[in-house]
Amino acid sequence: MIKLQNINKSYHMGSNSLHVLKGIDLTVEKGEMVSIMGSSGSGKSTLLNIIGLLDSHDAGEYLLDGKVIREMSETKAAMLRNKMLGFVFQSFNLISFKNAMENVALPLYYQGVSRRKRNIIAMEYLERVGLTAWSNHLPNELSGGQKQRLAIARALIGQPKIILADEPTGALDSATSSEVMDLFGEINQSGITIMIVTHENDIAHRTQRIIKLNDGLIHTDQKNGVPRPPEKPALN
Amino acid sequence: MFDLDKWQEIFATIEKNKLRTFLTGFSVAWGIFMLIILQGAGVGLQKGVESQFRSSATNTIWIWNGQTSIAYAGMKPGRDIQMTNEDHDYLAQSVNGIDNLSSRYELWRGNTVSHDNEFGSYNVRSVHPAYAIIEKLTLLEGRFVNEIDINEFRKSAVISTKVSEALFKTEEALDNYIKVNGVPFKVVGIFTDDDGRDENMQVVYLPISTAQRVFGGGRDVQTIAVTVGDATAEESKLIQDNLKQKLAARHHYDPTDERAMFFWNSVEEFQRFKNLFASISIFIWIVGIGTIIAGVVGVSNIMMIVVKDRTKEIGIRKALGATPASIISLILQEAILITGFAGYIGLVLGVGLLELISKQIDTPFFKQPEVNIQIAVGATILLVIAGALAGFIPARRAAAIKPIEALRDE
Ligand SMILES: Nc1ncnc2c1ncn2[C@@H]1O[C@H](COP(=O)(O)OP(=O)(O)OP(=O)(O)O)[C@@H](O)[C@H]1O
Ligand SMILES: [Mg+2]
Repeated sequence: MIKLQNINKSYHMGSNSLHVLKGIDLTVEKGEMVSIMGSSGSGKSTLLNIIGLLDSHDAGEYLLDGKVIREMSETKAAMLRNKMLGFVFQSFNLISFKNAMENVALPLYYQGVSRRKRNIIAMEYLERVGLTAWSNHLPNELSGGQKQRLAIARALIGQPKIILADEPTGALDSATSSEVMDLFGEINQSGITIMIVTHENDIAHRTQRIIKLNDGLIHTDQKNGVPRPPEKPALN
Repeated sequence: MFDLDKWQEIFATIEKNKLRTFLTGFSVAWGIFMLIILQGAGVGLQKGVESQFRSSATNTIWIWNGQTSIAYAGMKPGRDIQMTNEDHDYLAQSVNGIDNLSSRYELWRGNTVSHDNEFGSYNVRSVHPAYAIIEKLTLLEGRFVNEIDINEFRKSAVISTKVSEALFKTEEALDNYIKVNGVPFKVVGIFTDDDGRDENMQVVYLPISTAQRVFGGGRDVQTIAVTVGDATAEESKLIQDNLKQKLAARHHYDPTDERAMFFWNSVEEFQRFKNLFASISIFIWIVGIGTIIAGVVGVSNIMMIVVKDRTKEIGIRKALGATPASIISLILQEAILITGFAGYIGLVLGVGLLELISKQIDTPFFKQPEVNIQIAVGATILLVIAGALAGFIPARRAAAIKPIEALRDE
């Protein structure tokens, strides 16, 4: 599903340049649920953004579902994001002037689904994340956990093959985080590939594979076997 | 591009961002409104000036008797100058470029004009036939003073509709008789002077020859008026100089004496007004264009802020699959919709106010303001295009940046 070979990425600020990703090799199969860990600044978000076509890479090869992603036009990338990918961000990234239903329905707007139809579908997805009663509310009327569930519903509505989540529980308390992870578990059960960036060991241990980044390179890449209970100490 | 769903998306955005929409709209509506008001005022001024000159021919030179103020050929200043019929005849023969010529011998107010038991006090102007053209009189019935009246000293009179109403009431005035200071005259014509000034309607016209004889005027005239055809201001000035030279020679005064005789050249005056008006018109254009530029700058600024404001939203939309084209058209159509609608509001309000004013105001120098609708519509379209362009440039930039950069925007 995702195949990265020697991916490099630098940021340029004036005369300085910062080499963030220094040659990432990674393959993620369909249906996997992967977490990416690593210290702050190690390049986790950068990697996820490149995988999500939100950012470009400088060198190396990236194959998404068999398609070569390199110097791809914005329009093509937009279409791929729309069909293949769903995003969940730490800061939710909901549109503040649209209500819950309209936020969830937005990806379908870009798929050309009629307003009536996409609102009906949006209601189904709201039900799936338990927010039916909140469909008319604006994002700022929702709690953090509700917002993240809304964002997950939005990520799912386009029926993507991959969900990319950058610290989806970073702004949530542990109980709410656990609920969100339950939701991701269900989604993964339905066959969708999931990649989650996280700092929290217990979140990572609810995925099947943990990739640790260190200074722009993959440090460790371990199969986690069955999801483990949070009490168990981290492998580090 | 023009699917209903996009419009619903735009309307939803507009509805939820009312202040932003209002500010954009207001600057456009205000620009158009001001432009229309200014243009309308300019037209009103122009019409006022033109109507001032409609009351008499715009190509006339008037000459009045005066008093010398400079010693000349041994004669002291303070000598009265009196024009006569001979001056009239002499000028008619000796000055080129004149197409109408009339002397005027006027008996001022206090003349009793009566018919049976009705009487009133009017100005009595004794003139030549050409005077009707010079004063731009409109004959409603009968005729004006003619050559036969002059040559045969006929007691003919031409009266205004006002005089007719006052003296004859419902009776037929034409071919009836009036008495001017006791002397009977036959009414041969009824006129109106459409400049609306009452003093030009409180008048009875008589043949000058008859009046001079009957009222003891001898051969004196007080005023001579000539029209100079379609002479330019310069040509008319030359004719005026020629008239002055000839009259100065005949009446033995210094041609540089400004008080011996008074000249008033309406061609020159009209030209001066036309120049004044041209300046006003240019001024109004400059202010109008300034207003439009201010509107364009205002719209550009607001669109820039709007796009800046929406950068994060654009990032979100891109992450969800919005193509650059869909982002650009979303912003562009919103800009066009708002500026177009606001421009239309400004147009309607401006034209409405002018209509209202135009009904209320009718002063001599400001008449019937109205706007050139082509200019108004053109300006509106210009602003809409400017708004679209102003939206397009930042929209394209926002659509071109990487989604992650747009998302990072706070
Ligand atoms: N747009 C940018 N311009 C310049 N430098 C950047 C930019 N984005 C990220 N960086 C730098 O690249 C490095 C990696 O950033 P990245 O966001 O991938 O880290 P991260 O692993 O997600 O960290 P965190 O856990 O704090 O989110 C950091 O040093 C960061 O400062
Ligand atoms: Mg990060």
